[in-house]
Amino acid sequence: MLYAFLCYNNEDAVFSWSQAEDEAVMSALHAVHEPLAKAGRFGPSVRLMPTTAATTLRKDSDPPLVLDGPYAETKEQLLGFYVIDCPDLEAALDVAKDLAKANPGGAYEVRPLRLFLPGTLDASALAR
Amino acid sequence: MSDLAWIDGALTAARPQAIGALLRYFRDLDLAEEAFQDACLRALRNWPQKGPPRDPAAWLIMVGRNAAIDQVRRRSRQEALPDEETISDLDDVETPLVERLDGAGYRDDVLRLLFICCHPDLPATQQIALALRIVSGLSVKQIARAFLVGEAAMEQRITRAKARIAANGVPFEAPGPAERAERLAAVAAMIYLLFNEGYSAGAAQQDERSALPIEAMRLARLLLRLFPAEPEIMGLMALMLLQHSRAAARFDAAGEIVLLDDQDRSLWDRRMIVEGLALIDKAIRHRQRGPYQVQAAIAAMHARAERPEDTDWAHIDDLYAALEQLAPSPVVTLNRAVAVSKVRGPEAALAMIEPLGNRLGGYFHFFGVKGSLLMQLGRAAEARDAFGQAIALATTPAQAAHIRQHLDQLMKEGAASN
Repeated sequence: MLYAFLCYNNEDAVFSWSQAEDEAVMSALHAVHEPLAKAGRFGPSVRLMPTTAATTLRKDSDPPLVLDGPYAETKEQLLGFYVIDCPDLEAALDVAKDLAKANPGGAYEVRPLRLFLPGTLDASALAR
Repeated sequence: MSDLAWIDGALTAARPQAIGALLRYFRDLDLAEEAFQDACLRALRNWPQKGPPRDPAAWLIMVGRNAAIDQVRRRSRQEALPDEETISDLDDVETPLVERLDGAGYRDDVLRLLFICCHPDLPATQQIALALRIVSGLSVKQIARAFLVGEAAMEQRITRAKARIAANGVPFEAPGPAERAERLAAVAAMIYLLFNEGYSAGAAQQDERSALPIEAMRLARLLLRLFPAEPEIMGLMALMLLQHSRAAARFDAAGEIVLLDDQDRSLWDRRMIVEGLALIDKAIRHRQRGPYQVQAAIAAMHARAERPEDTDWAHIDDLYAALEQLAPSPVVTLNRAVAVSKVRGPEAALAMIEPLGNRLGGYFHFFGVKGSLLMQLGRAAEARDAFGQAIALATTPAQAAHIRQHLDQLMKEGAASN
């Protein structure tokens, strides 16, 4: 089963991290990613820009309404996600606990996937 | 990241909301600060055991408020403080407070707090110092180091600013739409001043001062989250991101300034650039052009050019022309002259800046630009003269050293032609 791990945290706090703090978290997370990647279980993962960069298109009206900001204003924001292959929910929660140890604060929403299209992008597209 | 580091981050992030709400409650800056300090101490004792609360700001406001009230009561009645458990047991009260915080009142708290710091009666240096102390929570020592002044002098500056605000009265009513726009503009200007205060520093002071641009960007992000549909705030954030993306390339190993054309563009921070470009995209949709957006668009033209020769100077010239209309100033015209020199040549640029001499006669960059235009035109004696005036007006050793390089080059060329 494929699981999505939706990463929620207080972005005011996360985007206040110094570069050194950010790098420390990323390297701690990397230690969790690596064995999963080696086992062929590690799918695409992204880190989102802050919600201030977001735009929301409400499609329940015609023409759709374009609004500045994220879909929902919340105390904790969706800041990224993983897709990871796990045999069952217990295993998925184990992964989430490992990730949480590397990066405390906030929450992971663990949700099974219904459709997965790996896509054709590579990481270099980010810089374009 | 350790628990303590996480708590430290959460306290910093919650500070503007918490101090803003405490200020509304107590209507006194010192008391609000004290109450917040108190709440932070309790958080440091409480959170590692109980885990951080769902809403750190709400927790800090409630605990800070209770602690300060108890303090006042204790002073008057000599009663003992209630124990930690009573104060910290917030399960029941937290939820309604969180809901109230989400509303417009919370936005106005933070805006009011920032606005108080940029009170028009305060000189810019006091505005910035006060914002760093009250909103950002930097220590007086940190602020003093960033401004390259002594701790006592900075302490005095902040005390004076607070006294002035207390004497003038603080506007606590909720601002109307027109007033809110005015406050936002004042706050944006203060944030950009803060950014530039760190940005204009030389390499030697980069360590002390690099905190300032980072803090300015943090405040702009906060403002943008509170007012997500303001194109000028998007423009301000984009402008700072795009300028700061070049931080690592701005000085060479010897600490000399590296001009834009000579910078190693692989050192530019791509993450900041893409976020800046994304924000400009969002701002443009509003079709309300403003000075920050245009300046950000100019910075974006540089960020988009892979090599200096790819720079679209004609477009930059157009953008500066737009900026001259939106925010006329001799400094803008001086900057435009640099673009004009690339598009139409140094002669046209020189003609453009010559009339600025009266108003920019005390400005380092005026003579720096004038000197390099004269140098390009082969008018060595006049160039030397302009560079001499630039050195006399330099405010940092890096600026002076940079002009001396030009003078050395003139000497070499002079020797070669003799």
